[in-house]
Amino acid sequence: MMNRFSNPTQTAVFRYDKTFEGLLCALFDAYVRHTFPEQLIGPEEPIPLFTQQIHEVLTRTEAAERVWKGLKRKLGSNVRRMLVFAWLSEEEGSDTLLLRYMRKTFDTPASIIGVFTDSDVLQVKKIAQKVAKEKERLIQFVRFQKAGDGSYFAPVSPLYNVLPLSLGYFTDRFADQRWLLYDTKRRYGYYYDLKQPLEVTLEEDGPLLEGWLSDDLCAADEHLFQERWKSYFQAVTIRERLHPQLHRQLMPRRFWKYLPEKQSYQ
Amino acid sequence: MKDSLREKLEILAESAKYDVSCASSGTTRKHKNGQIGSAHGWGICHSFTEDGRCVSLLKIMLTNYCIYDCAYCINRRSNDLRRATFTIAELVELTVEFYRRNYIEGLFLSSGVIRNPDYTMERLVRVARQLREVEHFNGYLHLKSIPGASRELVAKAGRYADRLSINLEIAKEENLKRLAPEKDHASIFRPMSYISQGFLESAEDRRRLRHAPRFAPAGQSTQMIVGASDETDREILTLSSTLYTRPSMKRVYYSGYIPINDYDRRLPTQQPPLAREHRLYQADWLMRFYGFRSNEIVDERYPNLDLEIDPKLSWALRHPECFPVDINRADYELILRVPGIGVKSAQLIVTARRYHRVTASMLRKMGVVMKRAQYFLQCLELPALGINELNPRIVRQRLITPAQRRQSPNQLTLVFPNE
Ligand code: SF4
Repeated sequence: MMNRFSNPTQTAVFRYDKTFEGLLCALFDAYVRHTFPEQLIGPEEPIPLFTQQIHEVLTRTEAAERVWKGLKRKLGSNVRRMLVFAWLSEEEGSDTLLLRYMRKTFDTPASIIGVFTDSDVLQVKKIAQKVAKEKERLIQFVRFQKAGDGSYFAPVSPLYNVLPLSLGYFTDRFADQRWLLYDTKRRYGYYYDLKQPLEVTLEEDGPLLEGWLSDDLCAADEHLFQERWKSYFQAVTIRERLHPQLHRQLMPRRFWKYLPEKQSYQ
Repeated sequence: MKDSLREKLEILAESAKYDVSCASSGTTRKHKNGQIGSAHGWGICHSFTEDGRCVSLLKIMLTNYCIYDCAYCINRRSNDLRRATFTIAELVELTVEFYRRNYIEGLFLSSGVIRNPDYTMERLVRVARQLREVEHFNGYLHLKSIPGASRELVAKAGRYADRLSINLEIAKEENLKRLAPEKDHASIFRPMSYISQGFLESAEDRRRLRHAPRFAPAGQSTQMIVGASDETDREILTLSSTLYTRPSMKRVYYSGYIPINDYDRRLPTQQPPLAREHRLYQADWLMRFYGFRSNEIVDERYPNLDLEIDPKLSWALRHPECFPVDINRADYELILRVPGIGVKSAQLIVTARRYHRVTASMLRKMGVVMKRAQYFLQCLELPALGINELNPRIVRQRLITPAQRRQSPNQLTLVFPNE
């Protein structure tokens, strides 16, 4: 199985567009060309030293779909979800890891999903778990601000690109209110118009990118409720038992900037 | 401008905060058209207090006026403190507004006793009804039943609430009567069984009729105060395990006594070490998820939990004859008993060993805390210096790390090393 692809004297590099579809196409091309890339690079990245071969992957929907269909035959929906989660980690090297995982899936007659003695299999699971954790945290710590027009706005900036994964929760729970969730780090978001969430991008110098609705945009009682929430938060603290380290572990600092209870107002 | 609602909120949150339960788990309900919100199977913590507790529900009292005089409670009538009462409309508005901003999963409502138990209970039920029937609020609702409330009112509360609870507070009745003269165990156990009955009847009805009304689908919970009176851990845990035999009983909470009314001579002046509360939760966890019985954790010889080591390790050290556990052959239940192995890694092990022999380095990668586990398991390449070769006393010495010895008992953080 190994020698079908490997050629020890050559380092193959594929360049692709850094999309999930593109990654599936890279795998497709690897099978067609009988060359499995040791490294994947994005559009702008320089070619690594000692590269023998560089192949430019063209992202085609049909090719991506064929690979995905093939995966569907071998992997249950939970595992496919895990792959998507690992992809959204945007972690360095997670794309080559996923490529190896999918290749093993196709090349091994038996299922590999439980073979945690294989470090790739364990690694994918671990990354996916980290992403799932971040998704949970996003859901925990989103704070909507009510706007003057009755819609709700919340800025987010998660460690991994988990906003799309959390939409199910928000459309279910907040089905009867219009809302905008915006990733201020990745500069995109979703607007829910009472029917479905639509992907949106705001203008670069717009008023929402700061994260907080300005006085003229927010509802008349918005500050009142933020203050009440903050008061509540302080009142329920048991001061005899302060434990800042545990506090930060459970609610990491990077989320504080959008939490009303962690703001100090004048 | 002064916000009087905010002031009430502060007073009544202060008064409610010593009630530890906050879990909003146990009910999954999808959004329905024309309603606000949903309930998420696993309770979501939307914030964490600076003492590290989960904020999931708006935990609040309807009023902190009370005609009773329970020694351990800040709201007792003889205390001189700021008192306030919400109107039903105020409380409903706060709940809905907080909920719509994703601050909370729902409401956890309790109350001091005003006039008499049923009068108070009736007002709690009115808040719940207003939320459900007028606001069509579909979020989580936890009502604390008033001791001595009637069956009719408990039944009504169960129609609206996801969870009902009534706190036992003190494990031994003689102690309860001494500290809370207006209460006895019967006034608590009676509403508890009304809840059990309602829960079981509704489950039964719903098996026949899918749309039969629900009754507190997330069951009931209760709380015991630890360290206000002389109960041993054995007395507490035995009572918990009896309570858990009721199918509706989902959680027992343990709340370390905090000396708020230190002028009262019936109470100890010191609070018990936080470690004790923590160990009780670990023991409770072992009973619910690890298949331990209460008499395996504490018994006549060891009526109290060891504060230096967790109860699972403590059990293992008392039972060297059960080790080493062969990681590649032993049953899941036995693997789970190895200190340093949690539910997640135990599951990984039994899955992975179907394909390959599991080695020590794989165990490490699967999240097993080898520093602990090494003395209790057997896998191919591990040196045979286990609990039986070394003897339990030495293993214990090695596992109480210097760092841990230095750590003050109020700084314990981990629930379980491997959870
Ligand atoms: S009845 Fe409840 S609120 Fe009143 S004093 Fe006793 S514990 Fe406190």
